[in-house]
Amino acid sequence: METLTIRWDVLLIILGAAVVTFIPRVLPLMLLSRIELPHWAVRWLHYVPIAVMAALIGQALFVREDPWTLENHIEWLAAIPTFLIAIRTRSLLWTVIAGVAAVMLLRGSLALLPG
Amino acid sequence: MHEEQIRLNPRIEAESEDTFLQGVKDCIPTLLGYWSIGFAAGVIEQTAGLSVAEIALLSLLLYAGSAQFIAAGMIASSPPSVIVITIFFVNLRHLLLSAALSPYLRHLSPLRNMGIGALLTDETFGVAMNKALVQPRLSERWMHGLNVAAYLNWLFANLAGAYLGRWITDPERFGLDYALPAMFIGLLVLMTVSRKQVAMDSAVAVLAALIAIAVSLSLGGSWGVIAATVTASAIGVVIERWKR
Repeated sequence: METLTIRWDVLLIILGAAVVTFIPRVLPLMLLSRIELPHWAVRWLHYVPIAVMAALIGQALFVREDPWTLENHIEWLAAIPTFLIAIRTRSLLWTVIAGVAAVMLLRGSLALLPG
Repeated sequence: MHEEQIRLNPRIEAESEDTFLQGVKDCIPTLLGYWSIGFAAGVIEQTAGLSVAEIALLSLLLYAGSAQFIAAGMIASSPPSVIVITIFFVNLRHLLLSAALSPYLRHLSPLRNMGIGALLTDETFGVAMNKALVQPRLSERWMHGLNVAAYLNWLFANLAGAYLGRWITDPERFGLDYALPAMFIGLLVLMTVSRKQVAMDSAVAVLAALIAIAVSLSLGGSWGVIAATVTASAIGVVIERWKR
Protein backbone atom coordinates (compact mmCIF):
# COMPACT_ATOMS: atom_id res chain seq x y z
CA MET A 1 0.00 0.00 0.00
CA GLU A 2 1.42 3.37 -1.10
CA THR A 3 1.66 5.79 1.81
CA LEU A 4 -0.36 8.52 0.08
CA THR A 5 -2.97 6.36 -1.65
CA ILE A 6 -6.60 7.25 -0.96
CA ARG A 7 -9.10 4.81 -2.44
CA TRP A 8 -12.54 6.04 -3.50
CA ASP A 9 -14.55 3.55 -1.44
CA VAL A 10 -12.46 4.29 1.67
CA LEU A 11 -12.91 8.03 1.13
CA LEU A 12 -16.67 7.48 0.85
CA ILE A 13 -16.73 5.60 4.19
CA ILE A 14 -14.63 8.28 5.90
CA LEU A 15 -16.82 11.14 4.63
CA GLY A 16 -20.07 9.34 5.48
CA ALA A 17 -18.86 8.43 8.96
CA ALA A 18 -17.61 11.98 9.50
CA VAL A 19 -21.00 13.51 8.60
CA VAL A 20 -23.06 11.18 10.82
CA THR A 21 -20.63 11.87 13.67
CA PHE A 22 -20.52 15.65 13.17
CA ILE A 23 -24.31 16.18 13.33
CA PRO A 24 -24.99 14.73 16.82
CA ARG A 25 -21.88 16.51 18.09
CA VAL A 26 -22.97 20.01 17.08
CA LEU A 27 -26.79 19.98 16.81
CA PRO A 28 -27.75 20.11 20.54
CA LEU A 29 -25.10 22.75 21.23
CA MET A 30 -26.41 24.90 18.36
CA LEU A 31 -30.12 24.53 19.17
CA LEU A 32 -30.21 24.30 22.97
CA SER A 33 -28.14 27.44 23.36
CA ARG A 34 -31.11 29.34 21.88
CA ILE A 35 -33.95 27.94 23.98
CA GLU A 36 -34.54 27.71 27.73
CA LEU A 37 -34.92 24.12 28.95
CA PRO A 38 -37.63 23.00 31.43
CA HIS A 39 -36.46 22.13 34.96
CA TRP A 40 -36.82 18.34 34.59
CA ALA A 41 -34.70 18.43 31.42
CA VAL A 42 -31.95 20.33 33.23
CA ARG A 43 -32.00 17.76 36.06
CA TRP A 44 -31.94 14.95 33.52
CA LEU A 45 -28.96 16.46 31.71
CA HIS A 46 -27.28 16.80 35.10
CA TYR A 47 -27.11 12.98 35.37
CA VAL A 48 -26.09 12.34 31.75
CA PRO A 49 -22.31 12.71 32.19
CA ILE A 50 -22.24 10.28 35.14
CA ALA A 51 -24.49 7.80 33.34
CA VAL A 52 -22.64 7.85 30.02
CA MET A 53 -19.21 7.35 31.65
CA ALA A 54 -20.53 4.48 33.80
CA ALA A 55 -22.21 2.89 30.77
CA LEU A 56 -18.99 3.10 28.72
CA ILE A 57 -17.05 1.53 31.63
CA GLY A 58 -19.62 -1.26 32.07
CA GLN A 59 -19.48 -2.07 28.38
CA ALA A 60 -15.68 -1.93 28.19
CA LEU A 61 -15.20 -4.19 31.22
CA PHE A 62 -17.96 -6.76 30.95
CA VAL A 63 -19.16 -7.11 27.36
CA ARG A 64 -17.06 -9.80 25.72
CA GLU A 65 -17.74 -12.03 22.74
CA ASP A 66 -14.86 -14.32 23.62
CA PRO A 67 -15.33 -17.43 25.75
CA TRP A 68 -15.24 -17.10 29.54
CA THR A 69 -11.58 -17.53 30.44
CA LEU A 70 -9.58 -15.71 33.11
CA GLU A 71 -7.45 -14.16 30.38
CA ASN A 72 -10.47 -12.44 28.82
CA HIS A 73 -11.67 -11.04 32.13
CA ILE A 74 -8.70 -9.37 33.72
CA GLU A 75 -10.16 -6.02 32.62
CA TRP A 76 -12.60 -5.82 35.49
CA LEU A 77 -10.02 -7.16 37.95
CA ALA A 78 -7.74 -4.31 36.88
CA ALA A 79 -10.63 -1.88 37.39
CA ILE A 80 -10.38 -2.38 41.18
CA PRO A 81 -6.90 -0.82 41.63
CA THR A 82 -7.79 1.73 38.92
CA PHE A 83 -10.84 2.90 40.90
CA LEU A 84 -8.84 2.97 44.16
CA ILE A 85 -6.04 5.05 42.63
CA ALA A 86 -8.61 7.42 41.10
CA ILE A 87 -10.32 7.96 44.47
CA ARG A 88 -6.98 8.27 46.26
CA THR A 89 -5.10 10.59 43.89
CA ARG A 90 -8.01 12.33 42.12
CA SER A 91 -5.71 12.56 39.13
CA LEU A 92 -6.62 11.47 35.61
CA LEU A 93 -3.02 10.85 34.64
CA TRP A 94 -2.25 8.57 37.62
CA THR A 95 -5.50 6.70 37.05
CA VAL A 96 -4.60 5.90 33.43
CA ILE A 97 -1.06 4.89 34.41
CA ALA A 98 -2.40 2.65 37.19
CA GLY A 99 -4.94 1.00 34.87
CA VAL A 100 -2.46 0.31 32.06
CA ALA A 101 0.15 -0.97 34.54
CA ALA A 102 -2.38 -3.22 36.27
CA VAL A 103 -3.44 -4.82 32.99
CA MET A 104 0.16 -5.24 31.85
CA LEU A 105 1.12 -6.91 35.17
CA LEU A 106 -1.97 -9.13 35.22
CA ARG A 107 -1.45 -10.27 31.62
CA GLY A 108 2.27 -10.72 32.27
CA SER A 109 1.79 -12.87 35.38
CA LEU A 110 -0.98 -14.87 33.71
CA ALA A 111 1.41 -15.69 30.87
CA LEU A 112 3.86 -17.09 33.44
CA LEU A 113 1.31 -19.54 34.84
CA PRO A 114 1.81 -23.14 33.68
CA GLY A 115 -0.76 -24.61 31.30
CA MET B 1 -25.21 24.61 53.90
CA HIS B 2 -23.07 27.61 54.87
CA GLU B 3 -19.90 25.66 54.30
CA GLU B 4 -20.97 24.75 50.80
CA GLN B 5 -21.65 28.35 49.87
CA ILE B 6 -18.27 29.40 51.13
CA ARG B 7 -16.58 26.71 49.09
CA LEU B 8 -18.42 27.60 45.89
CA ASN B 9 -18.12 31.36 45.95
CA PRO B 10 -14.38 32.07 45.47
CA ARG B 11 -14.45 30.63 41.94
CA ILE B 12 -16.51 33.40 40.38
CA GLU B 13 -13.50 35.37 39.17
CA ALA B 14 -11.84 32.22 37.80
CA GLU B 15 -13.27 32.78 34.32
CA SER B 16 -10.79 35.55 33.51
CA GLU B 17 -7.94 33.00 33.66
CA ASP B 18 -9.58 30.76 31.09
CA THR B 19 -7.26 31.39 28.18
CA PHE B 20 -6.53 29.18 25.18
CA LEU B 21 -3.27 28.17 26.85
CA GLN B 22 -5.08 27.19 30.07
CA GLY B 23 -7.33 24.94 27.94
CA VAL B 24 -4.23 23.30 26.46
CA LYS B 25 -2.83 22.79 29.98
CA ASP B 26 -6.10 21.30 31.24
CA CYS B 27 -5.90 18.80 28.38
CA ILE B 28 -2.53 17.43 29.55
CA PRO B 29 -3.90 14.82 32.03
CA THR B 30 -5.83 13.18 29.17
CA LEU B 31 -2.89 13.07 26.74
CA LEU B 32 -1.51 9.72 27.85
CA GLY B 33 -4.94 8.33 27.08
CA TYR B 34 -5.07 9.95 23.63
CA TRP B 35 -1.55 8.76 22.81
CA SER B 36 -2.07 5.17 23.83
CA ILE B 37 -5.57 4.83 22.34
CA GLY B 38 -4.63 6.78 19.21
CA PHE B 39 -1.47 4.73 18.81
CA ALA B 40 -3.43 1.51 19.19
CA ALA B 41 -6.02 2.80 16.68
CA GLY B 42 -3.24 3.65 14.19
CA VAL B 43 -1.70 0.18 14.56
CA ILE B 44 -5.07 -1.51 14.03
CA GLU B 45 -5.97 0.73 11.06
CA GLN B 46 -2.59 -0.04 9.49
CA THR B 47 -3.11 -3.78 10.02
CA ALA B 48 -6.55 -3.46 8.37
CA GLY B 49 -4.80 -2.30 5.18
CA LEU B 50 -5.37 1.46 5.35
CA SER B 51 -2.70 3.77 3.91
CA VAL B 52 -1.07 6.48 6.01
CA ALA B 53 -3.04 9.16 4.11
CA GLU B 54 -6.31 7.31 4.78
CA ILE B 55 -5.45 6.99 8.48
CA ALA B 56 -4.69 10.72 8.65
CA LEU B 57 -8.03 11.56 6.99
CA LEU B 58 -9.86 9.19 9.32
CA SER B 59 -8.47 10.81 12.45
CA LEU B 60 -8.89 14.36 11.09
CA LEU B 61 -12.47 14.01 9.76
CA LEU B 62 -14.02 11.26 11.91
CA TYR B 63 -11.99 11.95 15.08
CA ALA B 64 -13.65 9.35 17.29
CA GLY B 65 -11.71 6.51 18.91
CA SER B 66 -14.26 3.73 19.16
CA ALA B 67 -15.67 4.53 15.69
CA GLN B 68 -12.20 4.36 14.14
CA PHE B 69 -11.62 0.94 15.71
CA ILE B 70 -14.97 -0.16 14.27
CA ALA B 71 -14.20 1.25 10.81
CA ALA B 72 -10.86 -0.59 10.78
CA GLY B 73 -12.53 -3.81 11.87
CA MET B 74 -15.32 -3.68 9.26
CA ILE B 75 -13.58 -2.16 6.25
CA ALA B 76 -12.50 -5.46 4.71
CA SER B 77 -15.82 -7.24 5.07
CA SER B 78 -18.75 -4.78 5.13
CA PRO B 79 -20.30 -2.42 2.54
CA PRO B 80 -19.82 1.34 3.18
CA SER B 81 -23.50 1.85 4.09
CA VAL B 82 -23.37 -0.70 6.93
CA ILE B 83 -20.14 0.80 8.30
CA VAL B 84 -21.57 4.34 8.24
CA ILE B 85 -24.84 3.32 9.95
CA THR B 86 -22.99 1.39 12.67
CA ILE B 87 -20.75 4.40 13.34
CA PHE B 88 -23.81 6.65 13.45
CA PHE B 89 -25.27 4.60 16.32
CA VAL B 90 -21.98 4.31 18.18
CA ASN B 91 -21.51 8.07 18.03
CA LEU B 92 -25.13 8.97 18.79
CA ARG B 93 -24.15 9.37 22.44
CA HIS B 94 -22.54 12.68 21.44
CA LEU B 95 -26.12 14.04 21.25
CA LEU B 96 -26.32 13.64 25.01
CA LEU B 97 -22.85 15.01 25.70
CA SER B 98 -23.49 18.01 23.46
CA ALA B 99 -26.85 18.66 25.15
CA ALA B 100 -25.35 18.37 28.64
CA LEU B 101 -22.64 20.85 27.73
CA SER B 102 -25.02 23.39 26.18
CA PRO B 103 -26.14 25.22 29.38
CA TYR B 104 -22.53 26.34 29.93
CA LEU B 105 -22.07 27.69 26.40
CA ARG B 106 -25.37 29.51 26.05
CA HIS B 107 -23.59 32.87 25.85
CA LEU B 108 -22.18 31.94 22.41
CA SER B 109 -23.87 32.09 18.99
CA PRO B 110 -24.97 28.83 17.27
CA LEU B 111 -22.09 29.11 14.79
CA ARG B 112 -19.54 29.45 17.58
CA ASN B 113 -21.16 26.52 19.38
CA MET B 114 -20.76 24.51 16.18
CA GLY B 115 -17.04 25.26 16.23
CA ILE B 116 -16.81 23.90 19.76
CA GLY B 117 -19.09 20.89 19.24
CA ALA B 118 -17.24 19.74 16.10
CA LEU B 119 -14.31 18.57 18.26
CA LEU B 120 -16.33 17.17 21.18
CA THR B 121 -15.06 13.84 22.57
CA ASP B 122 -15.77 11.76 25.69
CA GLU B 123 -12.54 13.01 27.23
CA THR B 124 -12.83 16.72 26.44
CA PHE B 125 -16.44 16.51 27.61
CA GLY B 126 -15.30 15.03 30.92
CA VAL B 127 -12.68 17.73 31.41
CA ALA B 128 -15.16 20.49 30.46
CA MET B 129 -17.89 19.18 32.79
CA ASN B 130 -15.35 19.06 35.62
CA LYS B 131 -14.64 22.73 34.97
CA ALA B 132 -18.35 23.53 34.70
CA LEU B 133 -18.85 22.31 38.28
CA VAL B 134 -17.19 25.43 39.64
CA GLN B 135 -18.31 28.09 37.17
CA PRO B 136 -21.62 29.01 35.51
CA ARG B 137 -20.23 29.20 31.97
CA LEU B 138 -17.25 27.96 29.99
CA SER B 139 -14.99 30.27 28.02
CA GLU B 140 -14.77 29.80 24.25
CA ARG B 141 -10.99 30.29 24.15
CA TRP B 142 -10.52 27.72 26.90
CA MET B 143 -12.74 25.20 25.06
CA HIS B 144 -10.76 25.72 21.83
CA GLY B 145 -7.47 25.25 23.69
CA LEU B 146 -8.72 21.99 25.19
CA ASN B 147 -10.20 20.76 21.88
CA VAL B 148 -7.30 21.67 19.59
CA ALA B 149 -4.72 20.14 21.96
CA ALA B 150 -6.70 16.90 22.04
CA TYR B 151 -7.27 16.95 18.24
CA LEU B 152 -3.60 17.43 17.30
CA ASN B 153 -2.38 14.85 19.80
CA TRP B 154 -4.92 12.36 18.47
CA LEU B 155 -3.68 12.88 14.89
CA PHE B 156 -0.07 12.57 16.04
CA ALA B 157 -0.79 9.32 17.91
CA ASN B 158 -2.70 7.81 14.96
CA LEU B 159 0.17 8.58 12.58
CA ALA B 160 2.74 7.21 15.04
CA GLY B 161 0.70 4.01 15.20
CA ALA B 162 0.44 3.89 11.39
CA TYR B 163 4.21 4.22 10.95
CA LEU B 164 5.46 2.17 13.89
CA GLY B 165 2.66 -0.38 13.81
CA ARG B 166 4.59 -2.53 11.37
CA TRP B 167 6.99 -3.47 14.15
CA ILE B 168 4.52 -3.84 17.01
CA THR B 169 2.62 -7.05 16.70
CA ASP B 170 1.01 -7.11 20.14
CA PRO B 171 -0.02 -3.74 21.67
CA GLU B 172 -2.24 -5.56 24.20
CA ARG B 173 0.80 -7.04 25.93
CA PHE B 174 1.60 -3.55 27.23
CA GLY B 175 -1.97 -2.93 28.40
CA LEU B 176 -2.35 -0.14 25.82
CA ASP B 177 -5.95 -1.10 25.06
CA TYR B 178 -6.84 -0.41 28.70
CA ALA B 179 -6.03 3.31 28.54
CA LEU B 180 -9.57 4.08 27.33
CA PRO B 181 -11.55 2.34 30.12
CA ALA B 182 -9.05 3.63 32.71
CA MET B 183 -9.64 7.18 31.54
CA PHE B 184 -13.41 6.72 31.75
CA ILE B 185 -12.96 5.45 35.33
CA GLY B 186 -10.86 8.50 36.20
CA LEU B 187 -13.40 10.91 34.71
CA LEU B 188 -16.31 9.22 36.49
CA VAL B 189 -14.57 9.29 39.88
CA LEU B 190 -13.42 12.91 39.47
CA MET B 191 -16.93 14.08 38.59
CA THR B 192 -18.63 12.12 41.37
CA VAL B 193 -16.19 13.32 44.02
CA SER B 194 -16.51 16.99 43.12
CA ARG B 195 -20.33 17.06 42.69
CA LYS B 196 -20.89 16.28 46.40
CA GLN B 197 -23.93 14.06 45.87
CA VAL B 198 -22.04 10.79 45.95
CA ALA B 199 -24.99 8.55 46.91
CA MET B 200 -27.26 9.64 44.03
CA ASP B 201 -24.43 9.74 41.50
CA SER B 202 -23.23 6.27 42.51
CA ALA B 203 -26.76 4.89 42.23
CA VAL B 204 -27.18 6.35 38.72
CA ALA B 205 -23.71 5.11 37.72
CA VAL B 206 -24.29 1.52 38.88
CA LEU B 207 -27.69 1.51 37.20
CA ALA B 208 -26.25 2.86 33.94
CA ALA B 209 -23.46 0.25 33.94
CA LEU B 210 -25.92 -2.61 34.58
CA ILE B 211 -28.33 -1.45 31.84
CA ALA B 212 -25.45 -0.96 29.37
CA ILE B 213 -24.19 -4.50 30.03
CA ALA B 214 -27.68 -6.05 29.83
CA VAL B 215 -28.65 -4.23 26.61
CA SER B 216 -25.29 -4.80 24.95
CA LEU B 217 -25.39 -8.52 25.69
CA SER B 218 -28.96 -8.92 24.43
CA LEU B 219 -29.23 -6.44 21.53
CA GLY B 220 -25.61 -5.84 20.51
CA GLY B 221 -23.09 -3.21 21.47
CA SER B 222 -24.17 -0.04 19.71
CA TRP B 223 -27.43 0.51 21.62
CA GLY B 224 -26.23 -0.27 25.12
CA VAL B 225 -24.59 3.03 26.00
CA ILE B 226 -27.43 5.16 24.61
CA ALA B 227 -30.22 3.15 26.27
CA ALA B 228 -28.35 3.08 29.58
CA THR B 229 -27.66 6.81 29.60
CA VAL B 230 -31.23 7.82 28.77
CA THR B 231 -32.82 5.41 31.28
CA ALA B 232 -30.43 5.78 34.21
CA SER B 233 -30.51 9.60 34.05
CA ALA B 234 -34.31 9.54 33.95
CA ILE B 235 -34.44 7.22 36.99
CA GLY B 236 -32.08 9.65 38.73
CA VAL B 237 -34.59 12.47 38.17
CA VAL B 238 -37.48 10.28 39.40
CA ILE B 239 -35.65 9.33 42.62
CA GLU B 240 -34.84 13.01 43.18
CA ARG B 241 -38.57 13.90 43.03
CA TRP B 242 -39.47 11.03 45.35
CA LYS B 243 -37.05 12.06 48.05
CA ARG B 244 -38.51 15.58 48.18
